[in-house]
Amino acid sequence: MSALRELYQEVILDHNKSPRNFRRMEKPDRKVEGYNPLCGDHYTIFLKLENDIIKDICFEGAGCAISKASASVMSSLVKGKTKAEAEMLFNSFHRLVTGESDGVEEIEKLGKLAAFSGVSEFPARVKCASLAWHTLHAALASNEHRVSTE
Amino acid sequence: MRPAHDMLTPVTIEKSFDVDRIRTEFPILKQRVNGKPLAYLDNAATSQKPQVVIDAMNRYYLEENSNIHRGVHFLSDKATQSYEAARKKIQRFINAASHKEIIFVRGTTEAINLVAQSYGRKYFHAGDEMIISAMEHHSNIVPWQMICEEKGLTLRVIPMNDKGELFIDKFETMLNPKTKFVAVVHVSNALGTINPVQQIIEIAHRRGVPVIVDGAQAVPHMKVDVRDLDCDFYAFSAHKMYGPTGVGVLYGKQHLLEAMPPYQGGGDMIKSVTYAKTTYNDLPNKFEAGTPNIVGGVGLGATIDFMNTLDFEAATAHEHELLEYATEVLTTIKGLRIIGTAREKASVVSFVLEGIHPHDIGTILDDDGIAIRTGHHCAQPVMQCFGIPATARASFAMYNTKEEIDALVKGIYKVIEVFS
Repeated sequence: MSALRELYQEVILDHNKSPRNFRRMEKPDRKVEGYNPLCGDHYTIFLKLENDIIKDICFEGAGCAISKASASVMSSLVKGKTKAEAEMLFNSFHRLVTGESDGVEEIEKLGKLAAFSGVSEFPARVKCASLAWHTLHAALASNEHRVSTE
Repeated sequence: MRPAHDMLTPVTIEKSFDVDRIRTEFPILKQRVNGKPLAYLDNAATSQKPQVVIDAMNRYYLEENSNIHRGVHFLSDKATQSYEAARKKIQRFINAASHKEIIFVRGTTEAINLVAQSYGRKYFHAGDEMIISAMEHHSNIVPWQMICEEKGLTLRVIPMNDKGELFIDKFETMLNPKTKFVAVVHVSNALGTINPVQQIIEIAHRRGVPVIVDGAQAVPHMKVDVRDLDCDFYAFSAHKMYGPTGVGVLYGKQHLLEAMPPYQGGGDMIKSVTYAKTTYNDLPNKFEAGTPNIVGGVGLGATIDFMNTLDFEAATAHEHELLEYATEVLTTIKGLRIIGTAREKASVVSFVLEGIHPHDIGTILDDDGIAIRTGHHCAQPVMQCFGIPATARASFAMYNTKEEIDALVKGIYKVIEVFS
């Protein structure tokens, strides 16, 4: 059960059970839907921006534990960050879940995000973990209103 | 007397059903996954293949490989005979009136597209209507949406109740002089419901409306007799009935197929070609443009030989026992809800667990070597009907056992524990 325990770490189970920033936002600056047609995971991300800073972020929708926990952890990490910082986090996260991180040190720097290190052992679940991040990326670029993992 | 080219394999029908012996015919089942014995419960997605089918396909490539219907040489003749013998085996297997009514296609999806594009293009007109059901697979929705959009038809949907049973009386009232066609699934892949297709066909025929039946999930699990059903078209895939992927069958009544224009143009479907005019070939070749999946056809022939050695009734009874057992034990799990509880069901159990997404169920079960399907099962409208995004689905074949269902139940308790 070790690979499985690596995947469903306490942080993930906790954020799945009680997702942070799980609500709608009235009058958001940006609102983008993210959708995984393979499993039906579906989230909407709402952003409040001030210049280059993510003043507020929240999300709603439904999906598996990995996708929901990922959206929740992401929302708590990027709040107050600049767009560029958020993009850098996305980059590190992507390297983590696809197994490309450079050793333990890089992973340790990721803090709470490190909880998703087990995902790389489950290629079918990488899309679940990245859905919210792709959606955030699209929201920041703001040229799309709906992104899909396919 | 049988004609010489008929090549019927002598058949010894097994009179009882011995699941342990059946399992030995399927080498892949011996595998261990993550250190646990594989419990393959994803048969509605695709079934496993017996050694005899694998051998027949190997033998074709080792001893017979050549192109069919063209060559004058020894191998071409042999390959043609094997391929055409397979067509006749299929004809007998589903009791079609003629081998000309058996069209080889890539699978159920292509069979339905063929009818939509060929029959639809000729007979559908703006303002017409056609009817499908609320439990269709995307492959029996999208091809019809495409032709309906092109031709200006209205697509109507037979509703179902919360058990997953169609309202046949509503279907009756939907038929009207504008109705041109009915497309309905025999056995639902997402719910397991066995639809009363014979009754549906009879009702449609009273109004002179032809019917195509999507039989992808039916053919592996029940005896299908197309003349008894009186369906106009019947589509199925080899890979769900213990045969290879990439090959399937469209059955169509001869007079309908004859009146239909070709689906694709190319070699083999013509009699003569000039720049001024091309004369199309006779049935079934008219619908088989290009070099087909010859080894697939041969493999499907071998699959039917294999199925003919079984006591099909006993195999079906075994599957039904598995369904009843699984339904009974799964129902005892707190928070588990079975989606699809029709009175007439094939061996498919779709379920959801309160507060736990099917994707997570699938990953945790896989850790114990249990293979199930999770997701919308290419039937998003069915999921919408039940107000859920996805289900977990266990689907059984004749080689499955009660022990595997016990492993599934144990696995589900582990899922619940992880999320508790």
